[in-house]
Amino acid sequence: MQVYLPIAELSVNALLILGLGGGVGFLSGLFGVGGGFLMTPLLIFIGVPPAVAVGTQANQLVGASVSGVLAHWRRNNVDVRLGGVMLVGGVLGTGLGVWLFGLFQQLGHIDLVISLSYVFFLGTVSGLMLWESIRTMLRGRAKAVAPRKLHHHTWLHGLPFKMRFPRSRLYISALLPAGIGFVGGILVAIMGIGGGFLLVPAMIYILGMPTGLVAGTSLFQIIFSTGMAAFLQAATNQTVDIVLAMLLLVGGVIGAQFGTRAGARLRGEQARALLALMVMAVAVKLAVDLIVRPEDLFSITRPGMP
Amino acid sequence: MTAAPKAARRRLALPAFLACVLLAAACFWLAARQAWAQSLVADLSSHLVAITTGFIGTDVVLFGAVDGAGDVAVVVQGPEAEVTVRQKERIVGIWVNNEDITFDRVPAYYGLATSRPLEADVPPAVLQRHEIGLDHLRLVPRGSASAERVAEFRAALIRNKQRQGLYSTEAEEVSFLGQRLFRTRIHFPANVPTGTYTASVYLIRDGDVVSAQTTPLLVSKVGFSASVFEFAKRDSIWYALLGIALAVSAGWLAGAIFRKS
Repeated sequence: MQVYLPIAELSVNALLILGLGGGVGFLSGLFGVGGGFLMTPLLIFIGVPPAVAVGTQANQLVGASVSGVLAHWRRNNVDVRLGGVMLVGGVLGTGLGVWLFGLFQQLGHIDLVISLSYVFFLGTVSGLMLWESIRTMLRGRAKAVAPRKLHHHTWLHGLPFKMRFPRSRLYISALLPAGIGFVGGILVAIMGIGGGFLLVPAMIYILGMPTGLVAGTSLFQIIFSTGMAAFLQAATNQTVDIVLAMLLLVGGVIGAQFGTRAGARLRGEQARALLALMVMAVAVKLAVDLIVRPEDLFSITRPGMP
Repeated sequence: MTAAPKAARRRLALPAFLACVLLAAACFWLAARQAWAQSLVADLSSHLVAITTGFIGTDVVLFGAVDGAGDVAVVVQGPEAEVTVRQKERIVGIWVNNEDITFDRVPAYYGLATSRPLEADVPPAVLQRHEIGLDHLRLVPRGSASAERVAEFRAALIRNKQRQGLYSTEAEEVSFLGQRLFRTRIHFPANVPTGTYTASVYLIRDGDVVSAQTTPLLVSKVGFSASVFEFAKRDSIWYALLGIALAVSAGWLAGAIFRKS
């Protein structure tokens, strides 16, 4: 069944889009991430203009995060105060990101910036994650290891503007969550991803947040940063395709439910290792595309478009 | 009182008479020209390509009749816009967009149909004048660049457009039914840009265009996809809010439904 996407200005098979949404939704439910890092490159691959893929994906992620956060909210796994502070940074970061997006679009380098950010962030995060999960698996076999010190004191704890976060039992500088939110916000705007794969480890390792609260709180923050990105992309760049977003959402929310159920059967470190491999595969694919000589060295665009 | 106007009228009479004669001559000449143009008539099966929600591309039939022998060439051009061609270059190991040339007034679509290959019999100047064939398409580069570079970028532009299916790779056939009637098919792919198109039909005899006719054709989004597009462009803030509201409610709904099951 072919459906014409009015903003992307191309005709796609609706079942293909539903399937893509379902598949990525399944994986995101399985691993507890948004899946934007898979969906945006896939959309670009099937011919959606990069700007429209990023804008539409931001809109789709709003829905996916709302549906995800509900479950965490019911279990009281959302630290609203900490999420709110992250959000302040996130809003600033998203604003900067949308502005940067427009700038690189004009310079004709937006494709390169998107690819390079993907390779860098996905590569780094997946590498760290893989290393960590493999270590955990090996350690699991080699039995118990000496427990780590519960509380490290580093320069991070010397930053000003200290705030109490009772829900997470933290007393840290407000600059830390705000800074993490800021970086996440830039990524939302430029890469069309929620940034969960980056926020989650940062909240665990940099903030030292209780693991149970991390997923819900990051999703809570992502609703607003993707919401703002979707708003700005639609209002200033007109790159949100509602028809495409709805197709992705329908597939995505259904897939996510099955993914969550399947995820319950996976052990934590196994899930993380699989996720790391998947993220790494995307990063490697994009890196290869940058290095290998393209089939046609020339490309055409409307001036001021990517 | 009446003498002055009468004199004026008499003075006017001669120039007015001359003007009438000239006008008549012009009319006569135009009528003759009309008759000359009548040696070719053509029309389209439809003057509107409607992009609906289920649009997967379409064909429009162009048909017509010619008076006497000759070859027929049909050139269909889409709305003109600037196009920037960028060349990638290897910089520290990765391929990066480097040089670019912008061409003014590049047709978004170019389709060609001929009754037989014309290159051999028709002088290039004639083909150039009517932009018959991609080699003769007028593409004007902005700024200054060497002719060699322009040629390279021009070829790249055409190659990219062909890959998108928007420029014809080879001429379609104009088929004759008997001596006078001809028809051809113009294909519009699913990604055809919207706007006003022109279908120009040329009758070529003895290496020159002896008759020509241009018919407009509109490619337009209609129905749902048109409303969405219009909405997104005109009230982009409301569109943005609607998009977010839809996403939030879809997410909420999904969460609510799957909690029960």
